[in-house]
Formats: sequence, structure tokens, C-alpha cells
Amino acid sequence: MLPEPLLEIKQLKKYYEIKKGWFQPMQQVRAVDDVTFTVYKGETFGLVGESGCGKSTTGRAILRLQEHTSGEIRFAGRDISGLPYTEMRQLRRKMQMVFQDPYASLNPKKTILQILTEPLRVHGLYAPEERVQKAIEMLEIVGLSEYHLHSYPHEFSGGQRQRIGIARAVILQPELIIADEPVSALDVSIQSQVINLLLQLQRDFHLTYIFISHDLGVVRHMTDRVGVMYLGKLVEQAKTEELFRSPKHPYTRALLSAVPIRHPDEKKERVVLKGDVPSPLNPPEGCHFHPRCPDCMQICKTEKPPVVEVGDHVVACHLYATENR
Amino acid sequence: MNQTTVTESNVNPQLLKKRKAGSGKAGFYLRQLKKSPSGMAGFVIILIVLFLGIFGSWVAPYDPNLAELSKKLLPPMSEGHLLGTDQLGRDILSRLIHGTSVSLIIGSCAVVVAGAVGTTLGVIAGYFRGWVDTIIMRLVDVVLSFPFILLVLVINAVIGTGLKNIILSLAIAGWVIYARVVRSEVLALREKEFIVSCVATGVPRWEIILKHIVPNLFTPIIVLSSLQIATYIIAEASISFLGFGVQPPQPAWGNMLSEGKDYIFSAWWLITFPGIAIVVTALGVNLFGDWLRDVLDPELKGN
Amino acid sequence: MRERAPILEVRQLKTHIKTANGIVKAVDGVDFTIYEGETVGIVGESGCGKSMTSLSVMGLLPKPMAYIESGHIHFAGRDLTQLSEKEMRKLRGNDISMIFQEPMTSLNPVFTIGQQLSEPLKQHTRLNKKEIRNAVISMLQSVGIPRAEQIIDEYPHQLSGGMRQRVMISLAMLCQPKLLIADEPTTALDVTIQAQILELMKAIKATTNMAMMLITHDLGVVAEMCDRVMVMYAGQVVESADVRTIFNRPTHPYTQGLLASMPTANERKGELSSIPGSVPRPDEIPPGCAFAPRCSIATDRCRQERPVLQAYENQWTRCWHPISKPSEVTHAT
Repeated sequence: MLPEPLLEIKQLKKYYEIKKGWFQPMQQVRAVDDVTFTVYKGETFGLVGESGCGKSTTGRAILRLQEHTSGEIRFAGRDISGLPYTEMRQLRRKMQMVFQDPYASLNPKKTILQILTEPLRVHGLYAPEERVQKAIEMLEIVGLSEYHLHSYPHEFSGGQRQRIGIARAVILQPELIIADEPVSALDVSIQSQVINLLLQLQRDFHLTYIFISHDLGVVRHMTDRVGVMYLGKLVEQAKTEELFRSPKHPYTRALLSAVPIRHPDEKKERVVLKGDVPSPLNPPEGCHFHPRCPDCMQICKTEKPPVVEVGDHVVACHLYATENR
Repeated sequence: MNQTTVTESNVNPQLLKKRKAGSGKAGFYLRQLKKSPSGMAGFVIILIVLFLGIFGSWVAPYDPNLAELSKKLLPPMSEGHLLGTDQLGRDILSRLIHGTSVSLIIGSCAVVVAGAVGTTLGVIAGYFRGWVDTIIMRLVDVVLSFPFILLVLVINAVIGTGLKNIILSLAIAGWVIYARVVRSEVLALREKEFIVSCVATGVPRWEIILKHIVPNLFTPIIVLSSLQIATYIIAEASISFLGFGVQPPQPAWGNMLSEGKDYIFSAWWLITFPGIAIVVTALGVNLFGDWLRDVLDPELKGN
Repeated sequence: MRERAPILEVRQLKTHIKTANGIVKAVDGVDFTIYEGETVGIVGESGCGKSMTSLSVMGLLPKPMAYIESGHIHFAGRDLTQLSEKEMRKLRGNDISMIFQEPMTSLNPVFTIGQQLSEPLKQHTRLNKKEIRNAVISMLQSVGIPRAEQIIDEYPHQLSGGMRQRVMISLAMLCQPKLLIADEPTTALDVTIQAQILELMKAIKATTNMAMMLITHDLGVVAEMCDRVMVMYAGQVVESADVRTIFNRPTHPYTQGLLASMPTANERKGELSSIPGSVPRPDEIPPGCAFAPRCSIATDRCRQERPVLQAYENQWTRCWHPISKPSEVTHAT
């Protein structure tokens, strides 16, 4: 059976204009620059990259929480990139988000009952009493209890808050959940609990995830396919196991090798990248990665790399362009 | 979600009511107040001013407009007149007490009107941004470019004196502070994750504004208002002093000062006591406002 | 390793914090020794007292809320708890240095890099201006900062996070300290930059005899950097051993839980083994073993009686029922 695409992103772009001074020309930040990928029903698609690579912006642009500059966002076959607020609002029942910071993403002035029933209320689902039942059910599913219904967010620990954030996203029974760094603000011993919860919910409710993270260990554990982003570009896409086994793009290789070892006796050959991620304000010419790339060629400095298929990978790199092989 | 219908009996009805409804908030604030001497002082002053403002006509020993020329310019502590009498022989204590209600009414009404207008425009500017924001904020800049007192005075001169018009002129000059504060709060709030998460949930826009943004504005608005009341009371006193505002013979702290200034060298008590009343009230409200700002910090409430 | 001279000896350190709700025992009786040239990792989750331990050693506790209730900190033969603020200031930056998680907040934004780096040299050495500038430039170069001659005249905000952390490291290394305390030095950095900084710190370790106290929550960083590890939980050391022993045969259930919950230690997509519950708030710490409420093998004794730190061969454990036959934590590759 062919996997059914749930979300198709085509040439998504998000540019910011930044005013530097009165007499200087506007500068453009290409936060997301021509990103194309497809997410299939029931899978977990990971977006990884370092800070400022545009992975979070991509996530928010898909949900139209930030307006994108251009591109197509197809959800269940329908282009939603131009929908007005009210129409988009109705569609949000099907696509939800889990945020990074469990302290910032819950309204401090609302009780858990209010937080959990609001999604049902604004979408006109169930009668008022049934919504309370649903909220209780959901609380139990995420490992909290009815007892917490009238508490405020500040009464919970970070891990519990993230459970509430997840409960609010899942209570609408959406098809797609975009989880933006859902565990990176949590303590190590809490991270695994929340990851288990996300995996369990995916099985029980047949959810499709876009999992945005910088933690490669978590991404490797959670996802089916991964897209690696660097300076607004998707540089490599592949099945998770495939990507971790034989990364193709030089950046992916360096990224994977930079992960600390797991055991003191593990020997690791490390590609240490030179320098820092350049500012997205004026990214390098040609391939954005070329100043740090260990395999940089002459062509990389001038021409944008083509997107090519290498085995099961989709890579944007001159190394794999047919004419260079 | 599997459709396990939970029966009504499964829900503990007590849980649906507010937990710890009784001892909760009032007790918390009282305990906090006890910890802060300055907040307590402010609170007591406000209580006294409120009491005098509301029950003034019963408390005051004389009719504030009863002129007994035979008893004019009596110094304080003289027979039956604790704070003395003025140039027309009216009891200063009684006039002060009656003036309290004028100050209170003007201060609080002006705060309500200015706050309502300023908050509404500030929310609109901050949430929708774009050209609406530009227009509102340029208007704010224009109003702010005039000194507050001067503007109140000019407006009052144009629309005429009287209680209602003083309130109106204070509000016209004062809403801009609210608009500014509220707008910047809203700009920060709308980027907060819990507001973004409301958008992601699919909450209608008006509901985001009314149910999620506005409640989070209460704290800054309450704090600002407590400070603004003091400003307005002083402003009212100032314009009454200058002959606008509350017109004699109705007693107000400002026009008492104004009438007493001719006797500054011969009868000091005419201006001293209204002056003290203004200073103490403003101080009390300010102290209370400072305390309120600290206490309304939500992180503190948890403990 | 043990023949080497001890640099830092902490004995029964108790650091308390006064809060509105009473006294919090942030560090509750911690003992450890750091020998010259070795790197000791202090591992734990937020609120376990690892940062408070390091601030106590540095004499940088936020006074008067936090204070050392009792205990001794011996550094190079002197008891730091008895030193005056002036004597501590002489020690800091000279014999003991510290680098922090967020390099931006620990650099003063209004001074150039050069001005900040020359400060300790002015304080602790007798070099003249030119010599100081040259020393700073060569220090910057040694931590891998390109264009050091220009960077020396730039301000912190002009540098990236990784560069700032390099500056912080060079600042800490300037006076060739005997002990470097690194509090989550790479947590705020991206993974490729983290790799750079870790390589740099390893290189420094290889060339000097400096001891390092590395505070982190990241077991990967521990595996990479440390010779010995102390695991802290609720203000106490629960396990301490050399790094291989910790990774191969953890005896404390908490250590074992932490290691087992690393995603890479589990089958992909499978359920991660996890520790139930959450880190107790200071007012929730039970009278018995602090970890008992989350522990799968806790008994009545654990709930009533606080365990003591006991030695098992070369390993110290604060547990009544240490896991004697350690289950090998497997690492899927």
C-alpha cells in the first residue's frame, strides 16, 4: 500500500525584512528558503538543525501562525496557504501544535479545566458537560488526574505542564501535530516520560507528527524520516535509520559526528566544523554551507546546489550532482 | 479517543466548584499586606480617605459652606474648630472632609474613563498593528507632546468647568498613558506562546483578545491606575487652584489652596491642611500601588 | 591517579537558601575530593544542588539569601569557608576560575574583549600594557579564535555564542588556574559548536595539569570529558565512581535510571525506560531516601531511613539496596 500524503510543503519561503538604519536599504533574512517536503499519514517526520536554521519557523509557517512569504502548504490535498483567518481557524481542529516551553505556552490565568475545554468549546464539539468528561479522560490519558482540574499552570512541574500542553493538542483528535522541541526544556528523567507519552498517543490516536528538535538522540528514537535544515534550506532528507547510518550531505555528517559519545569507551571520528553558523542576514553565496564544508569545491562558492536523489536520500549538494560525479 | 462515556456520578461535583474558594484570595492579600509596612500604610490611608469621602457629610462637624464672619481666620485648636476657620469663618476640617469626596470622585471617574478608552485603543493598536496602530500611536504622541497639566487646563478652559467636565478633560489628557502601556503589553503578549497556542487551537480572534489578552492586562492596568489616581487628584487640585475646575463655594482641596494663598503669611493653616491632605492621599495611593505591583506578580501567588 | 595531590577537598558541605517559605537545603552534606589534573563531572537534574555546590566553592553564593551552613572547603591547604571576601577575590580568577552556561551574561557588554581579558592580568600579575595585550592575543589564539588582533577590540555582542564561550574559557585560563569550574559550559550552544568547545577543553586538559569540575546534566558530555563522576540528587551525592564504572555498572537506581533513559540506549521507536514521577521540590523531600518515591526497588527501610554513602570497591553509593549485579546498559549503535 502506498503511503498517503497528509501534508505537502512546496517551495515554502519565509523572508523577513529588517531595517538596519534610516538610510540603509532594507535587509532580508531568509529564515525559510525554498523548503519542499511531504509528510505521510501516520508517520513522524523530524526536522533537525541548529538554532536559527529555520526549523521552528517552518513549523509555525505550516500552521499559519506566522505568515509565509510564498509557497504551497497542502493539507489533505487542499492548499491552505492562502486561507483567511476564520477558515483556517476551522481547519485547526485537524492540525495542532505542542510548544517547547511548558512555562510559556499555558495561560497562567486559566485553570486546567478551562485550558482543556477551550479547544472543544471554540470548535463547538460536545455539550458543555461532556467537555468536562473529555477533559478528565484526556488528563488521565496523559497521566494526570481529575484532581488537577481546577489547578493553575504554575502549580505544576515542567513535565506535568508539558503533559497538559500535549493533552490540549490531542483533545481535538487532530490528524497532524507539530511538536516544536517538546522535550528540550525538560529534565533528563522527565524527557523520556514525555517521549513515551508522545509515542503512545501516536499509536492510540493514529497521529502524524512533525517533530522539530535539535536533539539528534531524540530524533533518532522518535522519527521515521528526517529532514536536516541549515540556514533556511533543507539540505538532506531520508529515512531516519538510513540518515543516521550513512549521512550524505557534509553538514549532516558533521552534525551527526558532533553528538557527544554515549559511553566513555566509544571512539568517534569527529568532523569538527570550522567557525560558526553564518548570519542568515547575508548568507554565503552559492551553497550556504561552503565556508565550513570540508568537501568544498570551486562550484560550491558560486552556484546553488541542485536537489538530487541519492539512493533513498534527497540531498542538496554539488557532490552528488550528476555532472560532478 | 475511545468513547468511554463517564457517567455523571464519576465526576466529583465538588471538584467542579472552585477549590479553596473561601480563605483563598482575601486571606492571601491580607497576609501579604501584613508583611509590608509601606503597603499597609498606603492601605490605611486609602481606607481613611474612602471613609471620609463616602461618609463625609455625617462625619464633618459643620456645614462646609456655613460662613460665620465673626469667627473668621481662627487658628487651629480654637473653640470647636480643630483646624481653624478660613477668611469667611467656614470650618476648615469640614471643608477638607467634604473636599475628599470631590477628589475621590474626580480621581476614580477620570481613571475609569481614561483607562477604558486608553485600554481599548491600546489593545487595538497592539493586536492589529499596521495602519491602525500608526494612527493611534501618532495621536498618542501628539497628546503626549503637551505637558499634562497644561493640556488639562486648556481642555477645561474650552469645555467649561464643573465636575463632569473636569473628569472629561483629565480623561482626554490621560488616556494616552494607558494606550501606551497597554499597547506595549499587548505587543509582548501576542508573541507569548500561550497566545500563539490559542491561535493554533483555533480560538476566534475576538475571544483571544477578550479572554486571553485582556485578563493578562489587569495587573499592569490596576497598578497604573493606582498611580494615575494620585496624578489626577493632584491635577484636579492644581487646576482648581488656578481657578478652573471645581468652582467655589463647593469645597475642593485645590480651590481651598487657591483661596487661602492670599493669607499665606497671616493665616498659614488655610493652605497647610489642604496641602497635607493632597500629599498624604497621593502618597498613600502611591505606596499602595507599589505594593500592589509586587503582590500581583503571579509567581508569588503560588506560594 | 590517587597518588596525585588533592586540589580541592569538600567535606560535609551544607549550603542553605533562605526563601519566603523557609530554609531550603540546596546542598545537604556533600563530600568530594578533586585531584590535580583530573576532571570530575557533577551530574544531576535541575535543583539537585550541583550549581550551588560550585558557587559555594567559588564563594559566589548570592548572599545573604544563600549561605554555607556548615562544612569545609579545602583548596590548596586553605579552608575557603574561613577566608575573607578580599582573600577570596585574590583566589578567584587566579587559582580557581569559573565558566558559566550563558557566556553573554557573564561578559560585561560595555567593555571590549581586550579590556575584560586584561583585567585579571592587571590584578594578579605585574606585566605592562604591551605585554598584557600580547598575552591576551596569544590566549585568544590558543582557544581557536580567528582574527584575535581584531577581536580583542570588539564588544561581546559582536561575537557569536561559541566565540563568547571561547572568550570565557580564555578568560578563565589566563592566570593558569589550578582548578577550573565549568557550569554547563556547552548547554547553551549548538551541537556542532559544542563539539568545538569540548575539543578545545580536551586540548587544554591535555596540555596543562589543571583540575576541572564539570557540572552538567548531559551524560554524553560526561562520557566525553570526565575521569570521575558524581551523581547528585536532591542536594546529596547519590553515587560517585570513575566514569567507566558509572557507565558500566551503575549501582544506584537513579544513576541506572538516568543511563537507561537515554534514547540511544533504547530500541528505536520502542518505549524508553524512564524514571516515574518528577524531581521533588525542596519541601517535598521525604525523610528517608530522597529517591525512594520514584524508585522501583524501594522498601520500607528506604522510606524511613536516610541511606549513607557507602563504599563498594571503588564506588560510593547512597543506597540501602545497591544493584549488586548490575544489568549492562546496552547502547544501540
